[in-house]
Amino acid sequence: MNRGPTWFNVASVTAGFAFLYLPIVILVVYSFNESRLVTVWAGFSTKWYVALFQNQGLLDAAWVTVRVAFVSATVATVLGTMAAIVLIRAGRFPGRTLFSGMIYAPLVMPEVITGLSLLLLFVAMNFARGFWTVLIAHITFSMCFVAVVVQSRLVTFDRSVEEAALDLGCPPLKTFFQITLPMILPAVISGWMLAFTLSLDDLVIASFTTGPGATTLPMKIYSQVRLGVTPEINAVCTILIGIVTTGVVAASLITKRQEMERQRAERLAVAEA
Amino acid sequence: MEGRLGRILLILVPYLWLLVFFLVPFVIVFKISFSETAIAMPPYLPVFDLSEGWEAFKAAFARLSFDNYAWLTEDDLYIRSYLSSLWIASVSTIITLMVGYPIAYGMARAPTAWRPTLLMLVILPFWTSFLIRVYAWIGILKKEGLLNLALISLGVIDEPLTILNTNTAVYIGIVYSYLPFMVLPLYSALEKLDGSLLEAAQDLGCTPIKAFWVVTVPLSLPGIVAGCFLVFIPAVGEFVIPDLLGGSETLMIGKTLWVEFFSNRDWPVSSAVAVLLLLVLIVPIVLFQMHQQRQQEREAG
Repeated sequence: MNRGPTWFNVASVTAGFAFLYLPIVILVVYSFNESRLVTVWAGFSTKWYVALFQNQGLLDAAWVTVRVAFVSATVATVLGTMAAIVLIRAGRFPGRTLFSGMIYAPLVMPEVITGLSLLLLFVAMNFARGFWTVLIAHITFSMCFVAVVVQSRLVTFDRSVEEAALDLGCPPLKTFFQITLPMILPAVISGWMLAFTLSLDDLVIASFTTGPGATTLPMKIYSQVRLGVTPEINAVCTILIGIVTTGVVAASLITKRQEMERQRAERLAVAEA
Repeated sequence: MEGRLGRILLILVPYLWLLVFFLVPFVIVFKISFSETAIAMPPYLPVFDLSEGWEAFKAAFARLSFDNYAWLTEDDLYIRSYLSSLWIASVSTIITLMVGYPIAYGMARAPTAWRPTLLMLVILPFWTSFLIRVYAWIGILKKEGLLNLALISLGVIDEPLTILNTNTAVYIGIVYSYLPFMVLPLYSALEKLDGSLLEAAQDLGCTPIKAFWVVTVPLSLPGIVAGCFLVFIPAVGEFVIPDLLGGSETLMIGKTLWVEFFSNRDWPVSSAVAVLLLLVLIVPIVLFQMHQQRQQEREAG
């Protein structure tokens, strides 16, 4: 579309963004409220944040959550990148349709089903439920998201450099680490971040697959939310929003700069040739 | 030799992982949905024991219990939950489309330099926890919440409205949470739209409104279809939104499954609910994948 925006376009985008952001802004603002009541503004205060850091149960849950998110995102990135390469590069092999089905199905599968089915598997295998089972569950669904993100980068990938390396006798594994991986790295990193936040946010699947001693932060928040709105939860949520927003914005700035540097390098190469 | 072995390993590792942790669990859910409830841990009687070979398997097959499925048809709670889930998801999808279309349209019309930032602003809430975004609405919608406060002080209403714990709150929650899923495919379809087509339509005597219906809407149809699937499919199985924003009269199948599992501890019945939910969703899921594949082929070709 190349025509300029009308007042209606400006108004709808503005209203849309207000709708998307106002609830989050209100939540953040009221986390600094002096009063316990959500509707009464009684002055600025950081006391709910102080209270937060004295709440051992909450801190323990946060630590479990961060560990699960970090490890599951890392394993999911390795498995998901492998799966993406298989989807794009491996050509035909027996069971390929099933494979791509198993990559795409978890993306739209209702969480209650994924959670229930994994729990029943762990019970059937007599697996002690806790940290490890939540970890396996998170790896399983986030690797599919990583696979989709990396796959979309591989589709538009110029294979000639890779083929040149292989022709010159570079072994496939070395070619992957020296040529392919650096080129798809932005997609791999955003896949990791997506996996990390998915794990950080998950309530339903973790509730099904967890066991004693492995309560995650969303589970803790959920059980308190059911009792009503409190400034402490607003404070926890504000910290989480802050971490995620910083991460996403920083990552997008880094990718943008890398992209610009790559384009400049290409222009230089063309100019020299 | 290294290449061949490497290729097999490359395929095998993610394949086996998904087989063990995605496909096999479904088979187990399916199996348990046919077993009988028991007061034990795990709370069901095993249907078959694979260690006893094929004969035992066949014998067990003859003993399969359809009780759980019969139970689902006897108690109309389940049927009503399925129908109400489909209804709530459909209505929310239509509202999301109506809210999302003007936003995506406006974004596609924005100056090119702004578009990446606008896109980023649509994606950002998606990264923020679902639970947090739903929670944010509780403080706004409740009886002494900010919305009622604002409406009363503006003089629009005298008595606070009851919105929280009703289906209206569920609709608001779904539209809010899934809006980015609708806006993104719509935007990518509208961005590609050639403005000269609209000018041509208007030169040929179309009013702007008619040109919109005759040119813009048909050309953005792929985006509309993708957005609607992306909202509808997960909304049917939604749990957090009906649980936190809905009331006791809000019936949704995800919530029913949760209650059946965590409160009633009836694993076989919740498995049967899950199997039927999957059957309900398999049609839209397959349709969606076919649509995506066609789009990819069209773009490649």
